[in-house]
Amino acid sequence: MFELSKDHEDFRRVVRDFAQAEVEPHIAQWTREHHFPTDLVPKMGDLGLFGLVVPEEFGGAGADFTSLCVAIEELGRVDQSIGITLSAGVGLGINPILTYGSQAQKEQWLPDLVAGRALAGFGLTEPDAGSDAAATRTKARLDGDQWVVDGAKAFITNSGTDITSVVTVTARTGTLDDGRPEISAIMIPSGTTGFTVEPAYDKLGWHVSDTHGLTFAGCRVPADNLLGERGQGFKQFLKTLDDGRIAISALALGCIERMLAETTAYAKTRTAFGRPIGVNQGVAFPIADLAVMAEAARNLTYKAAWLKDEHEAGRRTSSEVKQAASIAKLYSTEAANTATRIATQVFGGNGFMEEYPVARFHRDAKILEIGEGTSEVQRMVIARHLGLPAA
Amino acid sequence: MNIVVCVKYVPDAQSDRTFNESDNTTDRVGVDGLLSELDEYAVEEALKLVEAGEGEVTVVTVGPDQAADALKKALQMGADKAVHVKDDAIHGSDAVATSLVLAEAIKKIGSPDLVITGMASTDGTMSVVPAMLAERLGLPQVTFASELSIDGSTVTIRRDGDAASETIVATLPALVSVTDQINEPRFPSFKGIMAAKKKPVEEWALADLGVDASQVGLEAAWSKVESFTKRPPREQGQIVTDDGDGGTKLAEFLYAQKFV
Ligand SMILES: Cc1cc2nc3c(=O)[nH]c(=O)nc-3n(C[C@H](O)[C@H](O)[C@H](O)COP(=O)(O)OP(=O)(O)OC[C@H]3O[C@@H](n4cnc5c(N)ncnc54)[C@H](O)[C@@H]3O)c2cc1C
Repeated sequence: MFELSKDHEDFRRVVRDFAQAEVEPHIAQWTREHHFPTDLVPKMGDLGLFGLVVPEEFGGAGADFTSLCVAIEELGRVDQSIGITLSAGVGLGINPILTYGSQAQKEQWLPDLVAGRALAGFGLTEPDAGSDAAATRTKARLDGDQWVVDGAKAFITNSGTDITSVVTVTARTGTLDDGRPEISAIMIPSGTTGFTVEPAYDKLGWHVSDTHGLTFAGCRVPADNLLGERGQGFKQFLKTLDDGRIAISALALGCIERMLAETTAYAKTRTAFGRPIGVNQGVAFPIADLAVMAEAARNLTYKAAWLKDEHEAGRRTSSEVKQAASIAKLYSTEAANTATRIATQVFGGNGFMEEYPVARFHRDAKILEIGEGTSEVQRMVIARHLGLPAA
Repeated sequence: MNIVVCVKYVPDAQSDRTFNESDNTTDRVGVDGLLSELDEYAVEEALKLVEAGEGEVTVVTVGPDQAADALKKALQMGADKAVHVKDDAIHGSDAVATSLVLAEAIKKIGSPDLVITGMASTDGTMSVVPAMLAERLGLPQVTFASELSIDGSTVTIRRDGDAASETIVATLPALVSVTDQINEPRFPSFKGIMAAKKKPVEEWALADLGVDASQVGLEAAWSKVESFTKRPPREQGQIVTDDGDGGTKLAEFLYAQKFV
């Protein structure tokens, strides 16, 4: 069966120390100021976080996907925005280039991304195409040896930082014989004329994560910037999603674990009616439930990560991974929302104050049920896997 | 340049630290331990020196089985090899005996150009082992370095005192203890963690060093902890209510406590 190795646990300790030293002391201020900590990114690169699943030839460690989940979980315990910066940086930024890029594209982009000198984004979602991502309207037409891109993308993570080097976007590049759009993926380097990064969104949570809308108006890039095969953009994207869902599950796990730790400590020390609030079953039982959620989320997350690693080794099918990823993402993210609600309640009025971390986690949890496929989309995927008829 | 760094495995300051009831020695078994944080600066400084030139960093520890974790952390940071001196007879050794064992281990490792230690351990905080060790090895001792540079056959350090900063030069080989101002220790990278697994760790007993068991341990210690009592829990402080004269009361309090 699956289990975390000694190496994974050693690595967990290092990431925990790192997050404690480099993130925890600053996170309240960064959150207040909605500041994206550009300087932290190369430090994460030095630790090897961006290159975990990247082969050594591009500066990576050639490690397994499980290691990446450990890193995301540990960063997520300290702050969810930092966790998603890593998760999206690897899953949406690096992975598509690594999986579908030509040797030249990999050599051009990966070393800086792995070192944390640069970040990349992936733009699939549009103002009118989210869950129904195939409804992409952004268009790209070939003009001589250049793609000309027109359209808009919405909510793109890591797309507008000072060190963002490239954003890969899905775009219609034609129409298939059956009338459906042909969708391809095209890499747009930051600073390309006609590519505008809109001002950062005003978000409910993830204040420290970078999210922008993007617009493309007659934006020209070389024909070579096509990522992977023409017409495969959507399929390619769906494949990278499975990994992303497991990573989001790991992020949610970090949130639940933190809520468990915070409430346990608080319920022992906070007194009401002359005794610690934890002696009341009304407080203790929901905290017991948090322990159950943490355990369940941990098992689902690492089972899915293990399946993914086994699939890479040719021992498991991609459909097994897909189902496990959706199940893990659905459970962990919904549990994270229950967990933050419980934690805020245990903290009483203090839970509503920025002075305590539960308030920030409370805000940050909601997006987990939306990004990388909403809970409804996960249920759709799971139901289809069961053979239930599609609409 | 070949460097030996002495490191210590200490109880984690974040967890409850206690003494053994039976012999009043620090409990190193029942608590989580780690590489003494002050030694991380020593490891980092050695790595920087070797990375800027050539040579090897060997880390050495004297301690129980769990002390292997301290060596592992140093290897993960980038040290090349490690030596673990462990022997049941060592339990309870004082600084005098520890410096003897370390000195013999360093002689056996070879003749390093530089021996680096932390400024103190985070558990004993005596700061005497570096001086004793230098004496036993016949090396110049340059302690409490907040800056270090090597120039050919000399080492130059800056020692910051209350009144002045001293610049001290010594010829190599030498022993230097470093402060927490000297650098910013690195975190091990993922690659470092994987690479550490393949690095050699030698385990030596007292017999391998020609040290007799009677020279070390609790029995041979020059000083001994007679008894210990847990520090009483902190009492609540004094609350000053401000009736317009809060400032005066505060000043009076500080004056009475001889803070001003
Ligand atoms: C902070 C943040 C960061 C993001 N980062 C990225 C990024 O880097 N790259 C990227 O491409 N996208 C990104 N997204 C977009 C995210 O993936 C989408 O918001 C998400 O997939 C939902 O799409 P939507 O917002 O269009 O909602 P919609 O698709 O409009 O859905 C609205 C509601 O209807 C439900 N729904 C829709 N269809 C069905 C159905 N058939 N059955 C049942 N219910 C249905 C949905 O579940 C949801 O509850 C990000 C979003 C946010 C908020």
